[in-house]
Amino acid sequence: MRFGIIVFPGSNCDSDCYHALRDVMGQDVRYVWHKESDISDVDCVVLPGGFSYGDYLRCGAIARFSPVMQSVQDFAEMGKPIIGICNGFQILTEAGLLPGALIRNRELKFICQPQYIRVEHNRSMFTNMCQDRQVLNVPIAHGEGNYVADEATLERLEANGQVIFRYCDAQGECTNEANPNGSMHNIAGIMNEKGNVLGMMPHPERVCDPILGGTDGRLIFGSIVEWAERRIANAK
Amino acid sequence: MPSKQRWDEVGLTENEYRMIIDILGREPNDLELNLYGVMWSEHCGYKHSRAMLKMFPTSGPRILQGPGENAGIVDIGDGLAVCMKVESHNHPSALEPYQGAATGMGGIIRDIFTMGSRPVALLDSLKFGPLDNPRSRYLMDGIVSGIAGYGNCIGIPTVAGEVGFDPCYTGNPLVNAMCVGLIRHDEIQRGAAAGVGNSVMIVGHTTGRDGMGGASFASVEITAESEERRSAVQVGDPFMEKLLLEACLELFKTGCVVGIQDMGAAGIISSTCETAARAGTGIELDVALVPKRETGMTPTEVMISESQERMLVIVEKGREQEVYDIFDKWGLHAVVIGHVTDDGMLRVLDNGVKVGEVPAKSLAEAPVYRPGYEKPAYIDELAAFDPLTLPLPDDMNDVLLKLLASPDICSKRWVYRQYDYMVRTDTALPPGSDAAVVRIKGTHKAIALTIDSNGRYSYLDPYKGGAIAVAEAARNIVCSGALPIAITDCLNFGTPEKPDIYWQFRESIMGMAEACRALDTPVISGNVSFYNETDRGAIYPTPTVGMAGVMEDVKHITTQAFKKDGDAIVLLGETKEELGASQFLNIIYGMQKGKVPDINLEKESSVQKATLKAIQEGIISSAHDCSDGGLAIALAESCISGRKGAYVNLKFGIRTDALLFGESQSRILISLKPEYLDKLFVICESFGVPCQVIGTVYGDRLNVDVNGNKVVQLPVEEMKDKWEGTIPAYMNRR
Amino acid sequence: MTAKINVTLKKSIMDPQGTAVKDAALSMGFDAVDDVRIGKHIEVKIKDGVSREEAEKQVELLCQKLLANPVMENFSFEITED
Repeated sequence: MRFGIIVFPGSNCDSDCYHALRDVMGQDVRYVWHKESDISDVDCVVLPGGFSYGDYLRCGAIARFSPVMQSVQDFAEMGKPIIGICNGFQILTEAGLLPGALIRNRELKFICQPQYIRVEHNRSMFTNMCQDRQVLNVPIAHGEGNYVADEATLERLEANGQVIFRYCDAQGECTNEANPNGSMHNIAGIMNEKGNVLGMMPHPERVCDPILGGTDGRLIFGSIVEWAERRIANAK
Repeated sequence: MPSKQRWDEVGLTENEYRMIIDILGREPNDLELNLYGVMWSEHCGYKHSRAMLKMFPTSGPRILQGPGENAGIVDIGDGLAVCMKVESHNHPSALEPYQGAATGMGGIIRDIFTMGSRPVALLDSLKFGPLDNPRSRYLMDGIVSGIAGYGNCIGIPTVAGEVGFDPCYTGNPLVNAMCVGLIRHDEIQRGAAAGVGNSVMIVGHTTGRDGMGGASFASVEITAESEERRSAVQVGDPFMEKLLLEACLELFKTGCVVGIQDMGAAGIISSTCETAARAGTGIELDVALVPKRETGMTPTEVMISESQERMLVIVEKGREQEVYDIFDKWGLHAVVIGHVTDDGMLRVLDNGVKVGEVPAKSLAEAPVYRPGYEKPAYIDELAAFDPLTLPLPDDMNDVLLKLLASPDICSKRWVYRQYDYMVRTDTALPPGSDAAVVRIKGTHKAIALTIDSNGRYSYLDPYKGGAIAVAEAARNIVCSGALPIAITDCLNFGTPEKPDIYWQFRESIMGMAEACRALDTPVISGNVSFYNETDRGAIYPTPTVGMAGVMEDVKHITTQAFKKDGDAIVLLGETKEELGASQFLNIIYGMQKGKVPDINLEKESSVQKATLKAIQEGIISSAHDCSDGGLAIALAESCISGRKGAYVNLKFGIRTDALLFGESQSRILISLKPEYLDKLFVICESFGVPCQVIGTVYGDRLNVDVNGNKVVQLPVEEMKDKWEGTIPAYMNRR
Repeated sequence: MTAKINVTLKKSIMDPQGTAVKDAALSMGFDAVDDVRIGKHIEVKIKDGVSREEAEKQVELLCQKLLANPVMENFSFEITED
């Protein structure tokens, strides 16, 4: 399958995603410049991390008006997979493709560290290769990853199983101490209602190559590939 | 006497003013005088350091570019090279910590990609006053945030660094930023304005009044008056620099770039006269063509503005369109402001009217001074102190915990957690070990990087301090599994016109130079920061050494962490009864005196070679440099990093405190499987390196016996808590 | 009383945030926009019983010492009755 990595001015994890998907996962990948509008040749859109437009004003606030974002909206409506990582997650919430918002970390500091996250369930195109409640080690690196939403939204997210990753400790307990940034309900990643748009603060592309200390990121990208292949097989 | 004010106003001396008249054959006009004032400032002209810097070894078979360009370049084989430089931003950071540090990062990053190189790593060496001072905490908080804000946004990982504290840095913090890039030999760009008729372009940001005169500002001591000189503050724009970086690297691929130079200190003036001087050409430019963001700027203001994120590019005549196309794609300015001439003159026009004309070379070559120097009286006085006259402490557990918790030695996680050290997915060995390791995708190779300094040693004995700074950096590189290949240096000193300061400067350079020769690590780039003085006096002489090493295979990556119960712990090198100048004296007795530990560079080299050989043979589980706090701290850190305990049994004929906490040089603590011991002995024998099995990795406590007495018994968790708690306890205060 | 404080960058200080917002506004077709400068708006609630004179004195100092960095920012404020 072919992944399309959207490059905004100021994206800086675009080449990391490219390397992880092509050289480690063995997939077809291309960069999509933010001014492009035709993305019909890609099967999965990746919004990479970084500081699009310097993250000036608000994280992701300016990027959502890039020309390519209209195509990304359409792509989402078609039910095709979209994964927004870190700044990509922020852009998806600003664009209204995911509910809620990401505000400054509880400690008001940028945090870069290895991080345990719990897979809430494996009935999604992003987690089908994981076990239910599996603990993954996927690092975080952000200044504004503190997930907030109103009570009704949170209830809906929980009821629909849209909360897919939660910050936890090594044993999988989602305690306050294990919450690095103050996110409500320890939320590290959520999906839209249809389950084809994922936003997550942790960086799976940073744990694909074993020399970097882990390979848990492969489970997430691998799940997307697995889902796409199954769909093609079913179509036949 | 109007002419007296003229040279004073631009910070020059009467004699220098006379020299300008000799060069021009007439009185300079105001614009011209300002150009000389900026270019002949200490910051741009290196007036007081240039003669001394010649003592450094700067060449070798691996060196592709030594000092004199935007950054140095060293070969790492297979057509690849490392480009690096370290630079200070002390004075701007003292005034506006966030922006001062941020623009420091911006400047050093531009130096690297100007050479055609893709920046892959940042490092920094920071020094502050004691943390119980609120001003020190304010500066540390702002400076760390500024580094993080810039580096994280532009997407270059900050992979290593050091943070130190001493009252001498109160009010004059040190911010030394280092950037490292990778480059193929055939991609190297140079800062020369060659080819008469070629176009001179300015690309990137617009030019404003910000940072006006920062170069001359950095060349004076910080006083209440300079704190009022607000215009010296520049604002960093990492987003703009990210675009500039990508656009420049794309531009180089077209082959239309003849020369390129960062507009750092002194902006247009320094970049034009330096590029022209290097090529032996001249440049004619029109300030009216420079894109400005403020109205009513005078030609002088345009010439000396220090607006950030700008570059001077010399482009082959007729190929300007290629530049416009690429910069337009990235949404950046690119404007022709002049052309290269053959008359060696820097000619400044304003709307076609000549407003100044001086020989370019004369601006780029400031006068060279060799100030007088004299050994300060304190040196012999402080060295005469014998620490062995102090009583032996009765509780070594307590001493060890105090050292672990001291700000200099304790964990710096609070700092590096704010840096994105993983972006680019090449950081194979993250912060927290002796050196960071950055792998090179598509190869088996990696580079190891470190940055080190020791102001206390340099204060007490600048010669040894300089040599030890280089030796320790190399030891750190070796412990990570790499071969040290080159250094970049940042020399932070007081006022050079003072004979005792100049003596410190001279001794430091001689010590560093000797170590660079002995360890085969030439100096490829660097920076001098003088006038680091406040009302309270000069900082300690602080030469900072940034070093790169090469590793042929990432499988040799080694960390300081103990790995496995049952591994043997071995100490390489000699332990002498040396407590002078140690952290032990500093922290336990509040004394900064005594004799700095001896350093024998031949022995140093042998220890490093033996360690590297053993690592390359694959027999080493962990390696850690014995430095601040001595053997006991090295043991504790290896235990903490590995979450492992150790049983150590020492039999030495020296005092227990000197044995545990003395800082004898050229020692490396390693652990390995017992079955490899024989192989290790053979290697050590062949290099003539003393080697002693001192214990075993085991359990969850550090136990140290000395001559049969139990002197240290501490749970690893307790040591870890002490080691990790200090900085958060200070900084998270509200 | 409430002190309504505005902290803005001095005119000679570059404002990358403002520039990015301006560029975005122009690209979205807001062609009336000439320039954008971004600052901070801070509201400080004053304790009951404090005189207006004392409040003004303290807010002025608060701005100088904490809320604005005089190296690069200007400030202005007004104190309003709640």
